Amino acid sequence: MPSPKRKTMPRKGADGRATHDVGGLEFGAIDRHEHDLALWEKRTDAMLILLVGPKKGAFAIDAHRRVVEDYGQQTYDRITYYEKWIRAIRNLLVEQGIVSREEIDERLAEVRERFAKAGRKASKERVSW
Amino acid sequence: MTRQAKSQATSRAPEPGSRFAPGETVRVAERPALGHCRTPWYLRGKTGVVASVQGIFRNPEQLAYHQPGLPKRVLYKVRFEQAAIWDDYRGPAGDHLEADIYEHWLEPASRSAPDLEKAR
Repeated sequence: MPSPKRKTMPRKGADGRATHDVGGLEFGAIDRHEHDLALWEKRTDAMLILLVGPKKGAFAIDAHRRVVEDYGQQTYDRITYYEKWIRAIRNLLVEQGIVSREEIDERLAEVRERFAKAGRKASKERVSW
Repeated sequence: MTRQAKSQATSRAPEPGSRFAPGETVRVAERPALGHCRTPWYLRGKTGVVASVQGIFRNPEQLAYHQPGLPKRVLYKVRFEQAAIWDDYRGPAGDHLEADIYEHWLEPASRSAPDLEKAR
């Protein structure tokens, strides 16, 4: 069953709260749809666990929370849970100097080309930073 | 070397003792946070009772910006009565919630705190 379209929610009386800190505000009905996780969502989950683990230690889990919390309200409300995760992972990898924006852009171009040759669909959307 | 002795040997900063004990009444600081903070807005300025001491952890407010997060901070589980949190709470008396709050967000409080008066 498809989930309802996500939209920006008004934050009446939010006075000074961070975007994510909405406990107690009127936010409409909770979306209770169950859905299977896509492969990329499972990979995103695994990637974050490995990146914050003691072996890699690329950044703390708290830094990941911070990046998600710092999204503007429109982005925060409209993108899904794992979209928030993967964007924040990307931003932190750049913030920590592990990969550069250019490397990510080059890799994305490669993948788009590979998909095009194989006749597979690839989103042309640019995900903002 | 015992586990305890090892952890003491590798500890870089002196770990503060717990300021509050289970059963003590505490008030969550009513202040804005600049940047990452794990104390929810709806609990700021509210009064509760320490349910347990959860342990001592590196400070997430610093870890969020790639800092070491030292000195470590004591984390408490604090129990709040729902009626003390929400102005218009209509659930049964005795309803409560528990939240993890770090020591630097807690102040000593007596039961006659203003928000409890308001909740009556």
